[in-house]
Amino acid sequence: MSVTPAEPAVQQQSKPRVERDQVVIRFAGDSGDGMQVAGMQFTNESAIAGNDLSTLPDFPAEIRAPAGTLAGVSGFQVNFASHEIFTPGDDLDALVAMNPAALRMNLGDLKPNGILIVDREQFNELNLRKAGYDSNPLTDGSLAKYQLYPIDITKLTALTLRDTNLPARTVNRCKNFFALGLVSWLFQRPIEPTQKWIASRFQKRPELAEANQRVLQAGYHFGETSELFASSFEVKPARLAPGTYRNITGNSALALGLVVAAHKADRPLFLGSYPITPASDILHELAALKEFDVYTFQAEDEIAGIGAALGAAFGGAIAVTTTSGPGMCLKAETINLAVSVELPLVICDIQRGGPSTGLPTKTEQADLLMALYGRNSESPVVVLAPATPADCFSIALEAVSIAVKYMTPVIILSDGYLANGAEPWRLPNLEELPEIRVEFRTDPTGYYPYLRDPVTFSRPWVIPGTPGLEHRIGGLEKEHVTGNVSYAPVNHEQMVRVRARKIAGIAREIPPTRVQGPSEGDVVVLGWGSTYGPIEAAVRKAQAGGKAVAHVHLRHLNPLPSDLGEVLRRFRKVLVPEMNLGQLVKVIRSEYLVDAVGLNKIQGLPFKEAEILRRIEQMLEG
Amino acid sequence: MSVAGGALKLSRKDFVTDQDVRWCPGCGDYAILAQVQKVMPELGIPRENIVFISGIGCSSRFPYYMNTYGFHSIHGRAPAIASGLKMTRPELSVWVVTGDGDGLSIGGNHLIHILRRNVDVKILLFNNRIYGLTKGQYSPTSEQGKITKSTPYGSADYPFNPIAVALGAQATFVARSIDVEAKHLQETLLRAYHHKGTAFIEILQNCNIFNDGAFAPLTDKETKNDAQLVLEHGKPLVFGKDRNKGIQLRDGKLQVVELDSEVTQEQLLVHDETDIGLAFLLSQLAAPEFPTPVGVFRAVTRPTYEDIVQGQIQEAKKRRPTDLETLLRQGDLWTVS
Repeated sequence: MSVTPAEPAVQQQSKPRVERDQVVIRFAGDSGDGMQVAGMQFTNESAIAGNDLSTLPDFPAEIRAPAGTLAGVSGFQVNFASHEIFTPGDDLDALVAMNPAALRMNLGDLKPNGILIVDREQFNELNLRKAGYDSNPLTDGSLAKYQLYPIDITKLTALTLRDTNLPARTVNRCKNFFALGLVSWLFQRPIEPTQKWIASRFQKRPELAEANQRVLQAGYHFGETSELFASSFEVKPARLAPGTYRNITGNSALALGLVVAAHKADRPLFLGSYPITPASDILHELAALKEFDVYTFQAEDEIAGIGAALGAAFGGAIAVTTTSGPGMCLKAETINLAVSVELPLVICDIQRGGPSTGLPTKTEQADLLMALYGRNSESPVVVLAPATPADCFSIALEAVSIAVKYMTPVIILSDGYLANGAEPWRLPNLEELPEIRVEFRTDPTGYYPYLRDPVTFSRPWVIPGTPGLEHRIGGLEKEHVTGNVSYAPVNHEQMVRVRARKIAGIAREIPPTRVQGPSEGDVVVLGWGSTYGPIEAAVRKAQAGGKAVAHVHLRHLNPLPSDLGEVLRRFRKVLVPEMNLGQLVKVIRSEYLVDAVGLNKIQGLPFKEAEILRRIEQMLEG
Repeated sequence: MSVAGGALKLSRKDFVTDQDVRWCPGCGDYAILAQVQKVMPELGIPRENIVFISGIGCSSRFPYYMNTYGFHSIHGRAPAIASGLKMTRPELSVWVVTGDGDGLSIGGNHLIHILRRNVDVKILLFNNRIYGLTKGQYSPTSEQGKITKSTPYGSADYPFNPIAVALGAQATFVARSIDVEAKHLQETLLRAYHHKGTAFIEILQNCNIFNDGAFAPLTDKETKNDAQLVLEHGKPLVFGKDRNKGIQLRDGKLQVVELDSEVTQEQLLVHDETDIGLAFLLSQLAAPEFPTPVGVFRAVTRPTYEDIVQGQIQEAKKRRPTDLETLLRQGDLWTVS
């Protein structure tokens, strides 16, 4: 490492500290301003500080939209607390706005009297015009209801680095670390994790490492020494379950889960994929893990990605494909082939706003019906959904385990919010994770390709290279047991039914439905996937108000838990919040004849706790 | 089947399945199946290590009739499936059977990409210049103006030249053979097997129901010697019933010349399988002006895709610890007690 970490600045405190139990902060700026980096580093600092946390990165699809425009605004929100939290937070306690466009796009979320830090110099005529301001909000009194801190971030960054030979453009790009340093002081975050990160990130560019370190510290010391801030804030560590923690995003957790699952199955991992937002990071992560017997294949298209994965599954690998909505459309035919040939395959759909290209970088959960039904004919597959970023790790293990035991495709429905959002993750004890049993049949006696296990209805997995068991599989209908091509009418119905029964039978693997709250009452809020956080937060608030409200969160969307209908019927009303027009609610109504109602938000953003709580209260009144 | 003295003794019969072959009587596919089944025992590898993968179409029924491992997949996707299998199981001998529609229309993208990657898969493209299984629509290799059910006014499409497509995709082995040329087809199949890398063989195949006689001049006893130009590495390009015609390169263009006292074999173009420029020129030769070349257009070596991938995995294993604990513990950690 080329840079010596600075003295921990924390010890030089002299200003008073005000204790808070929770803070929601958002960094917002131009997409070239490094707000994602600032947000991520602030998250790491908060994790090391022992807080529970939840993040919401929100960035445009354009790599570099025109500077200073509303379209180019990128944001990163962090909620950190001394207690358990479930969401990135509804409203902001603090907002850092690096330019007028960032202010305009984000101010609406800042609480009255919230802390507002802006880079004063950026509020020039040109930028104000680009953001659509007629007058300068910093001086026209329109920000009077906030604690406004106009700071010359650009100038102070330049001053810090005036003795270097770095070009002005490079100097300017360091200013996110000034903002980060300042905010780190304001909320008493340790900056060592960021110092370490800078040192490793710029290992090959020591002059940049040095510059960013200095700017970070300058920002931190500015907070301490300038007269602007009378005090700093402190958020004590949260009481999390004992263990070793790290911070993790959903995509990272999914990648690691797949590696561990393949290891537990003692098979190589094969990922066939095509770059697509917001799933590509899984491909990136796995591509760097070849030493774990991980094959990654960046295919010519989405279809080849899943096709290669199915070929690898035929050969005995733990096969995975990763994609998002548009890619799912293209993969449908191959998923169906996997249904027909009954080979194990894991399909990760990191959902984003649609239809078509839609909102590539924004979250949505509107691929549920496609996952359940979006293929020709009767095509049952297993569908699972993780609830939080860290949960993506365990869902990967479960998906692989079901796929190989039942010889079936398994779809994992993550989404952009889980994929890029982060939370503390308690590291699992690898020894305690269950082994995944993979058995390749090698005994030719009495072998038929579609001879089924009497309990699971699973067919044997026989891989090429096994003597005496040469056989052919394919997408044509096949005869029960022998697997020979068959067009016989009764056989077809039997095969359709047996494929359906095989998947339905997986319900035996699902533990009894967990009801958070009373087991009967007025309202049960039923969710799936990434709405877990805001639903849990809202339900807890309602419960704290003495209401008979419960939360049930589905991890298994096909098959559904066998006790679900019974659980739902114990409540007077069923509310299903979804980031779509009402997809799970359709399934629930048709499956159980329960009069469930939807709460739907399709804005490319997760629910706020308050939005769900309001609906619960309405239902309690009605 | 018997294994004696460590050497594998298989016969053609060992590669025949119990399934009834369901191609139309008289289909060229029967002849191709017979040659493939004849060649398989000569590979000297056990049946269980051979995999045939196909897409959709008449040709793609092929795996059902081969007593090896087989995968009859979906339209056009066999190269993708084969790539995933070969990458992870390089010890297997993987063959793809496809057609002009499957391989050049719906699966054209996968075909060119497997060729450029040089995955060690043998691709047999049965070209009958028609859609047979869907009952007679024009294909991407049908001649322009072709009258079919879907082109009653004649096809407006200009056809693909499969050899030129393969060469354009930087394939390392490109050949053409004919369904009824038993010996030539067997030799070409064997050469493809022994080539390390993707081997592409266009097999001209007669569909006697929907496009009968498409290659008649090339297969009729009377005309075939004048219509075929058999390519042999290092040998001059001579053809004709009386071996009295040849191909010369003049002013950058190929020309047919009569051999006589003025023009001798020594003045003819000599075939060189390593010269992609020559291969491309030869790929353009077509009736009626020229004979149709058959044989190996190109054979060069380049590292295979799976060797590179396997090499990276082995290298990574040597250089980095494969400890899952360490992997999970990346980044900043903190402990709650």
